[in-house]
Amino acid sequence: MSTRYTKDHEWIRLDGDVATVGITEHAQEQLGDIVYVELPEIGKKVTKGGDAAVVESVKAASDVYSPASGEVVAVNDALGASPGAINEEAEGKGWFFRLKLSSPDELNELMSAEQYKEFLASLE
Amino acid sequence: MNQQGRPTKPVEVLAPSPSTFTGNRALRIEEALIFEIGRPEVTGVDFDEPTDFAARDFDSSLGGLERKAPIGLPGLAEPEAVRHYVRLSRMNYSIDAGLFPLGSCTMKHNPRLNEKMARLPGFADIHPLQPQTEGAAELIYRLSQWLCELTGMPGVALSPKAGAHGELCGMMAIKAALAARGEKRSVVLVPESAHGTNPATAALLGFRVEEVPARADGTVDPVEVKKHLSPDVAAVMLTNPNTCGLFERDVVAIAAAVHAAGAYVYADGANFNAIVGKVRPGDLGVDAMHINLHKTFSTPHGGGGPGAGPVVLSAALAPFAPLPFVTCDKEGARLVSQDENLGERKPFGRMCAFYGQMGMFVRAFAYMLSHGADGMRQASEDAVLNANYIRAGLQDLMSLPFGDRPCMHEVLFDDHWLEGTGVSTLDFAKAMIDEGYHPMTMYFPLVVHGAMLIEPTESESKASLDLFIATLRDLALAAKRGDTARFSGAPYYAPRRRLDETRAARQPVLRWVKPEPVQEAAE
Amino acid sequence: MRYLPLTRQDRGEMLARIGVAAIDALFADIPPDQRLTRLPDLPLSKSEIEVERELGRLAAKNVPAGAVPFFVGGGAYKHHIPASVDHLIQRSEFLTSYTPYQPEIAQGTLHHLFEFQTQVAMLTGMEVANASMYDGSTATAEAVLMAHRVTRRKKAVLSGNLHPHYRETVETVSRLSEHVTAVLPRAPQGEGDILAAIDGETSCVVVQTPDYYGHLHDLRPIAERAHAVGALLIAVFTEAVSLGLVTSPGEMGADIVVGEGQSFGNALSFGGPYVGLFASRLKYVRQMPGRLAGETVDAEGKRGFVLTLSTREQHIRREKATSNICTNSGLCTLAFSIHLSLLGEAGLRRLARINHANAVKLAAMLGAIKGVEVLNRTFFNEFTLRLPKEAATVVDQLARRGVHGGVAASALEAEPQELRHLLIVAATEVNTDADRASYLKALQEVLA
Repeated sequence: MSTRYTKDHEWIRLDGDVATVGITEHAQEQLGDIVYVELPEIGKKVTKGGDAAVVESVKAASDVYSPASGEVVAVNDALGASPGAINEEAEGKGWFFRLKLSSPDELNELMSAEQYKEFLASLE
Repeated sequence: MNQQGRPTKPVEVLAPSPSTFTGNRALRIEEALIFEIGRPEVTGVDFDEPTDFAARDFDSSLGGLERKAPIGLPGLAEPEAVRHYVRLSRMNYSIDAGLFPLGSCTMKHNPRLNEKMARLPGFADIHPLQPQTEGAAELIYRLSQWLCELTGMPGVALSPKAGAHGELCGMMAIKAALAARGEKRSVVLVPESAHGTNPATAALLGFRVEEVPARADGTVDPVEVKKHLSPDVAAVMLTNPNTCGLFERDVVAIAAAVHAAGAYVYADGANFNAIVGKVRPGDLGVDAMHINLHKTFSTPHGGGGPGAGPVVLSAALAPFAPLPFVTCDKEGARLVSQDENLGERKPFGRMCAFYGQMGMFVRAFAYMLSHGADGMRQASEDAVLNANYIRAGLQDLMSLPFGDRPCMHEVLFDDHWLEGTGVSTLDFAKAMIDEGYHPMTMYFPLVVHGAMLIEPTESESKASLDLFIATLRDLALAAKRGDTARFSGAPYYAPRRRLDETRAARQPVLRWVKPEPVQEAAE
Repeated sequence: MRYLPLTRQDRGEMLARIGVAAIDALFADIPPDQRLTRLPDLPLSKSEIEVERELGRLAAKNVPAGAVPFFVGGGAYKHHIPASVDHLIQRSEFLTSYTPYQPEIAQGTLHHLFEFQTQVAMLTGMEVANASMYDGSTATAEAVLMAHRVTRRKKAVLSGNLHPHYRETVETVSRLSEHVTAVLPRAPQGEGDILAAIDGETSCVVVQTPDYYGHLHDLRPIAERAHAVGALLIAVFTEAVSLGLVTSPGEMGADIVVGEGQSFGNALSFGGPYVGLFASRLKYVRQMPGRLAGETVDAEGKRGFVLTLSTREQHIRREKATSNICTNSGLCTLAFSIHLSLLGEAGLRRLARINHANAVKLAAMLGAIKGVEVLNRTFFNEFTLRLPKEAATVVDQLARRGVHGGVAASALEAEPQELRHLLIVAATEVNTDADRASYLKALQEVLA
C-alpha cells in the first residue's frame, strides 16, 4: 500500500491493518530543527482530522492531526532522545505513531504522492 | 630630563591577531559563573551579631524544621562581585549605548531623573501596608488622572504588573461585565497580525479565538469584523496603530459594529506612543486599553522587566475594575483595598498583591511631568516623523508589504527584496549586530513574510537616523550584490557568534550542576 | 525639550525628505472628527528643578521605613540591601537593555539569568526554576494553572493561612478561567486539617510556609497525601530569607515552589516592582510558564546562554501558550541575584539566624505585656499577637508615637471579627535593641 498525504502535511502508510503516521519532508523543512514531540498515549482513540500530536522546533510549534480514525497502538519512543530523526528522515525513521484503523476507506480520500507534489507546487 | 624615548606609533601588523591565554580580548573579558568563582564560605556582607548569638538553639521555635543540608550557594566578597557583574554588563547592548530599532517595543531614552525620583526614600523605602504614606496615594491618583486625560477614558486599573497582565485585567473586566448582564459569550476576535499575548490572554480565560484576516493594505476591514460578529462574541482585541505600524482608520466603524452586537473593544496599547496628544482611544470607541509604562512612558526595560500595564476603562467597564483602586475626596487620595463601602463598584477581584508597580509609577509620572502636554504631543510627532524618515531613506531598496504609504511610529518591511540573494531576514539582522546596532524586530507580525519592523522612537537625533539609514543601505546593497559571507557568518564581532539554539532546546541545561568528582583511573 | 533631540530645522529637512508639507499629513488616517485640535488638559513641560520639587514634596509626605523603628511585614520585608547592589543595577547595560532575544549581544543578561535560576533552584530545594514572574502572588496563580495542566484536573485546595492578597489573586484567576478553588478556614493559631480536604478531584494543594500569621509547616505529610491522590503540592513563601534557616519546600516533597523574592536586593517601594520566584520538578518543565535561560555553545564552541524552550510561550504558541506572560521582573531578578551572591551560603545562614533571633527576642518582650498573647509556637521572623484592643487602632496609635508596629490582620481582611484583635509583627536584621525598647514602651502606653 502506497503512502498517502494530507493537506496538513501528514503522511500515512498502511501495512496489513496497522498504519504508520508522520509529517512530510516539506513540513520538517518548514519547521526547522525539531526539538520536541508530544506523542499520543497508546490506546488513545483518534478521529480523522483530530488532534494527535504536537511537534516543536526552536521557533515554531505545530499541531499534527491524524489522517485517519483509529486507535494508537505504538509510538516512536526513539524521538524522545533524537527528535532530529524527523529532520533526517521525515517519511522513514522519523515516524510518529501507528494506528489500528477503524475505517480504512478513509485513506481513499487522501492524496497520492503525485497529488501531494502538485499540491505543494500550488502553495508556492 | 628624560632622554630615553620609546615607540609611539603602532607597528604595521601583517599577521592575524594572536590568541590570548585567558581568551580575553582586552576590555572584553570572558567571565565564569558565580558557582565557578564563588565559595559558600565567603561573604561580601557583614553583620552585627547579637551578643548571645552563636550558642542559641532554635530547634523549638523552628518546630524541628531547621535547614541542615548544604544549599550550595556561592558567595563573593564585594570586589569580586562588582567585577563579576561589571564584566557581565559589558556583554550587553543597551539603549544608552545605541539605537534599538525594535518595532512594537518603543525603546526610547530612559531619563535618569526618573531613577533619581524613584529612589527618594519617601518612595523607595515605604511599605505598602505601613501607615503615613499619603504622598504615595496622591502620586497614584495624579498618575491615574493623567492616564485618563491622555486616553479620554473615565476609569483606570493601576495594579497590573505588565502589558500582558493588563490585557488579562481588561479581558477579565469584559468577562465580568458580560456576567453582570447575565450573559456568557465564548468567542474573542483577534486580527491575524496581533501580538501573541492577545490570543494567549483570551485562551487563558476560556475564550475561543477567531482570527480576522487583514485586508490588502494591512488594516482590519469592518466588513470582515461584521462577518464574524454574533451574539457569542464577547470582544474584539485590536492594536491601534496596528502591529504593521498603520493606524486602523476604520476603528470607529468597527467599534460601533462591535458595540451594536453587545460586545466590547479591547485595545492593545503597545503602540500608544504614536498617538499621544493626537487622538484619544476613548474617542474611538475603546472599552479597555492597557498602557505599557515601559514603552510609551519611558520606564527602563531592565533586561526584560519590570514593566507596568495599567488599564484605562470606559464607563461600561469602569465599575468592574479590580481591587485595589484609588479614589480622591476632600480629605485627599485614598487606596481602597477591601470589599466594603464600594458603592456602585463591582470589582471582579484582585490582580496581584498590594497596589501595583509603584516604582514604575514614580518613573512614569516624572516623565509625564517633565514632558507635559506639549512635550508628549511633540514626542509622538517626532516618533512618527522619525519612522517615516527611515521609510523614505530605505524604501527604494527594501520592500514595503503595503505599498508606498505613510506609516506611524514604526515602519514594516518584508523580505521580498531579499529573494534570490541567499540572505534571510535573520542573516540581515545578525549583520546589523556587527555594525553596532541591535536588530529590528524580526518575523513579527506573522502576516508578512520575513517581517522587519523598525521603530526608532523620538529619542533619535537626525544624525543618528542618517547613520542608521546609511548603514542599512550599505547592508541592503551588499545583500543584493550577493556578498553573502558578510551575512551568513554574522555576527563576527559580538561577544558570542551565533548560538546553537537547537541544542539548547533538545538538551536543555537550565541550571548549573556541581560536576561529579573525577574518579582516578585504576592503573 | 531635554529628551527630544530634533530641532525645528531637522524637522523641516526631514519632512521635505519624506515629501509632505507638515507633520499632520502623517496623521491623516486619524478620522477628522476625533483628531485632537488642542493639547490635553494637563500641565505643560517642566524643568528638572520643577519636577524634583514637585515629586520631592510628595515623597516628603511619606515616612520611610528606615526612619523609624520598623516591624511591618505581611508579605514585604525591610532588609538591608548592600550598597553595591543598587549601584550595579544602574549600569546602563543592565538598566537600559532589552529582553535577550538576540543572545549574541545579551550574554550579560542571559548569563546572570542562568545564575539566578540556579540560585532559586538551590534556595527552594528544587530541580529547575524560571527567570522570574511578576511577584509572589501572580506566581502562585500561575502555579495553580500549571498544576491544572499537569494533572488535567480543575480544583485547587488553598490553605486558610495563605496571604489574603495571594488567595484573592488565585481566586480571581480561577473564577474567571472557570476553575474551582476550595479555600480552607483561616487558622491564626496554626494550621487546620488540610489533609481531609485533599481528594481525587484535587489538582493541587497550596500551602504557605511561613504562613501569613508566621507559623511554620512540615509539608511532608501534605506532600504524601497529595501524591497519593495524584495531586501536586504547591508551596508558597513571602519571605525568601526564611529559606536560609528553615528546611526547604523541595526537601519536604513540594512539586512546585513559588514565592516572593523582594527580600533580596529589592526596596520596599510601596509594593512593587517585586520578583516572583517559580521552581518545579524537572519533569514538569515543559508546562512551566515564563522565560527560561539555557546553556549552549556558539559557532566557535564557546559556552553561551540563550532563552530556550520558548515554544511554551505566547510569542510562539499564542493561544496554546502555558501563560500569556511576556515581560518578567528583569532588573529585580538581577538585584536579587547580586544580593544573594554577596551573601553566599554563609552570609545567608547568618542573616536568617539573626532575623529569627531578633523575632524570638521581640516576641518574648511583647508577649510579657499584660493582655498580649503570642499565638505562634513556631515562626521564622514574623509572628502574630492577640491584643486586648483592636489591632488597627493600636497600629495607628503606635505610628503616632513614631513606631511602625506591624500589620493589623483586619487591614487585609475585614472579616471575620476574630481577626480584628490580631497584629502580625515582623522582625529583621535592621532592628536594634533601641528599636525594640521603643516598641515595648509605645505598646505598653497604648495598651495601658
